[in-house]
Amino acid sequence: MRARAALVAALFLSTGAWALDRAQVEKLASDDNDEKIAAIAALVAEGDPKAADVLKQAAEGEIELDGKKVEVVVNNRVRGRIAEALSVLKLLSEDRNERLSAAKALSGGADAAMLPLILKAKEKEADAEIKALLEMTAAGVQIKSEDKAMRLAAIRTLGESANPNARALLTEAAADADEEIKLEARRSLSAVESRLVWGEWLGLAFAGVSLGSILLLAALGLAITYGLMGVINMAHGELIMIGAYTTYVVQNLFRGSGFFDWYLLAAIPAAFMVSAAVGMLLERSVIRWLYGRPLETLLATWGISLVLIQAVRTLFGAQNVQVENPAFMSGGVQVLANVVLPWSRIWIIAFACLVLLQVYFLLTRTRLGLYIRGVTQNRDMAACVGVPTARIDTWAFGLGSGIAGLAGCALSQLGNVGPDLGQGYIVDSFLVVVFGGVGQLAGTVYAALTLGFANKLLESWSGAVLAKIALLVFIIIFIQRRPQGLFALKGRAVEA
Amino acid sequence: MKRRSFVRALALAASIAAIGTSSATFAQQKTVKVGILHSLSGTMAISETVLKDTALMAIEEINAQGGVMGHKIEPVVVDPASNWPLFAEKARQLLTQDKAAVVFGCWTSVSRKSVLPVFEELNGLLFYPVQYEGEEISKNVFYTGAAPNQQAIPAVEYLMSKDGGAAKRWVLLGTDYVYPRTTNKILRAFLKSKGVADSDIMEEYTPFGHSDYQTIIAKIKRFSAEGKKTAVVSTINGDSNVPFYKELGNQGLKATDVPVVAFSVGEEELRGVDTKPLVGHLAAWNYFMSIKAPANDAWTKKWATYAKTKNIAGHKDKPLTNDPMEATYIGVYMWKQAVEKAKSFEVDKVRVAMYGQTFTAPSGITSTMDAKNHHLHKAVFIGEVKADGQFNVVWKTKGPVKAQPWSPFIPGNDKKKDEPALMADKKG
Repeated sequence: MRARAALVAALFLSTGAWALDRAQVEKLASDDNDEKIAAIAALVAEGDPKAADVLKQAAEGEIELDGKKVEVVVNNRVRGRIAEALSVLKLLSEDRNERLSAAKALSGGADAAMLPLILKAKEKEADAEIKALLEMTAAGVQIKSEDKAMRLAAIRTLGESANPNARALLTEAAADADEEIKLEARRSLSAVESRLVWGEWLGLAFAGVSLGSILLLAALGLAITYGLMGVINMAHGELIMIGAYTTYVVQNLFRGSGFFDWYLLAAIPAAFMVSAAVGMLLERSVIRWLYGRPLETLLATWGISLVLIQAVRTLFGAQNVQVENPAFMSGGVQVLANVVLPWSRIWIIAFACLVLLQVYFLLTRTRLGLYIRGVTQNRDMAACVGVPTARIDTWAFGLGSGIAGLAGCALSQLGNVGPDLGQGYIVDSFLVVVFGGVGQLAGTVYAALTLGFANKLLESWSGAVLAKIALLVFIIIFIQRRPQGLFALKGRAVEA
Repeated sequence: MKRRSFVRALALAASIAAIGTSSATFAQQKTVKVGILHSLSGTMAISETVLKDTALMAIEEINAQGGVMGHKIEPVVVDPASNWPLFAEKARQLLTQDKAAVVFGCWTSVSRKSVLPVFEELNGLLFYPVQYEGEEISKNVFYTGAAPNQQAIPAVEYLMSKDGGAAKRWVLLGTDYVYPRTTNKILRAFLKSKGVADSDIMEEYTPFGHSDYQTIIAKIKRFSAEGKKTAVVSTINGDSNVPFYKELGNQGLKATDVPVVAFSVGEEELRGVDTKPLVGHLAAWNYFMSIKAPANDAWTKKWATYAKTKNIAGHKDKPLTNDPMEATYIGVYMWKQAVEKAKSFEVDKVRVAMYGQTFTAPSGITSTMDAKNHHLHKAVFIGEVKADGQFNVVWKTKGPVKAQPWSPFIPGNDKKKDEPALMADKKG
């Protein structure tokens, strides 16, 4: 029974393939890549939609010949040609969206063999947007033609583009031997470059905001524990790490269920609560005995950080654990031809804003916030009017730790999750808080964004290693000139 | 906690010693200690942990077959924690306290450079299983990974060829330490010899453990738009590779536009990365898990069962093998063969016996230890990432290639001898 089904299937499929040029399909499985590419072009030239099925199979690594599976070794060169051929075939589709996506895919450049089909599709095309895209693609091929008039026209067309590929093509043409072409290419090139520059700056600005949002998340908790309460908490990084590990545990609980993509919704509150609980435990058991003694606090919390790292190593192993991105966090959105903004970073920026808003609301609009501010400004007076200062300390410390946990949850989506995760962020967090001015939430926000931008700007000039050094030198000089940070508390509120 | 484990270790050591003496008297089963020196924590743990397990698997197999010359192998595992000076300390401990007959270990060149003086001073023996930059032949080290002409140069040649995309512009991207810097120096000289201008080469380095690759990818994009086909050669090491490849996928830099060929990324490093957007990016190695050979089928099966019985994290559910694992495995077996040939565990005798040893590697190719230069003759494979995280071999050499540890692309190397300098030469 099964054999007959297979036979029928084979017959059906092979007759399907026979409608195409049999010899060309066979050539797809040849060992020579030049032959494969010629075969792809020949299959597409026939314009038969059935060619798409065979090409898709080939891209997967196997085609059916007479019902037998034949292996096709596909490398980048062949894969690129197949993708291009499939796009060209789609240009003949009835569906506008399909044609548009195909034209967009081709705007990166096409092979000379595809030119007649692209031109044919362009002739038939009624939609202006698609037509313009195809015109660009055709110009990208024609710029290499023998005919000088055609080349000049192509150069002029490419000058309208904002695509990085156009720039690459024009740069080559600008080094041409022919004076006229050289001149025209240079003109077009500068037009394209001025368009591309915007994209580059936008990309850089986004990278700066993205790094700023991460720094902000990492430092916001510290701004509360160190900035408002004056506790030098060296275990802050480890509270971030605990948040990341909580995310990992929650992810594992969701694995295999149909709701895997939504695990972050559960992980966010879980990370907050676990880190907050650990933080409050630390406060109750160790830190509250050390208020007003910064050196002892520093040593004690540093010891705690080592204990926490070792505890996580014992529980989860020394190796990094894998936190997978949910589907809506992978990939990116194309804003301009040369700018793709990754979804993961966009979500984290939004998340950082949300956390910031909530902290602001909590500190300024709630009773707990009022108490925290009261205790920060004048502990004795607050105690006199009946604020339970010890309990407020615990809550505030828990809040700061919980925000660190949220930072860990966000960081798990970008980088590696391992026991040493927190070590990489503790220095940066302190930098942000000190730079922004101790005791100031607004300062923390400005400092995080400034440092994010500065870091990315320096990185794009001097490379990652030098950028880090330059930034640290800058901070040292800044703190010497202005020890109170960007924003200092004014007036009588500061405690001695 | 620490003290308790210390007490326990002491008790264990005492009981092992007791068993050792008693078995020596009664069962005639003697043991030989072997050191395993791989980072089990820190930034390199992602790559090195599995090499420890591979060495342990090979040792268990040899012990099951009766050991080496009637001696049972007793592995001593230490964790240098991706901390380079700690590598030297642990190496000294293995050689002086544990009297290890041989040590299998190291991944990064900086760790190897750190332990090298220790091995030379104490006349120890190290098997180094990872591809590296060359520029070194020590009589105390056998290099079972690739030298530049067995990995880096063929990979770049492939990308220059028509099939590789005929790349004309190059981004040399690496972690900031000796291996990437030296490899890139060699590659730069090689590219120059092929007529690539300096303005068509961009070099970028990041610190160990770097996790934000936004600007670097933006730079690569800008560089590639400045004309001609661009390819990226990545010598990024350790767990930085995960954020790098995530960013690469998210920013939509496709292999058909700008291919990235990596020298330190294999099946293991890509575990946990969504490889669908990365299809077509390349890696050059002397072994891939996807190689179709009966020896490889048997080996991967063996690893899968071993990982399951030992409950190795990750591998018990999804067993993966890679090139440095293969090199580790070859190393352990070659050492065993050399000891049996030399009929001694003495380093000087084993070293001489190592020359010309052969072993049928899991890649299906018979690897030979060179008669002089301490490096293996290896075949080179270039693979493209597939959607499932495996590699599709798109190019390979016809047979094994002899290693050139002194790259001809570094000036002055032509005068260097293709064999280790012995003590007598050094003194003279």
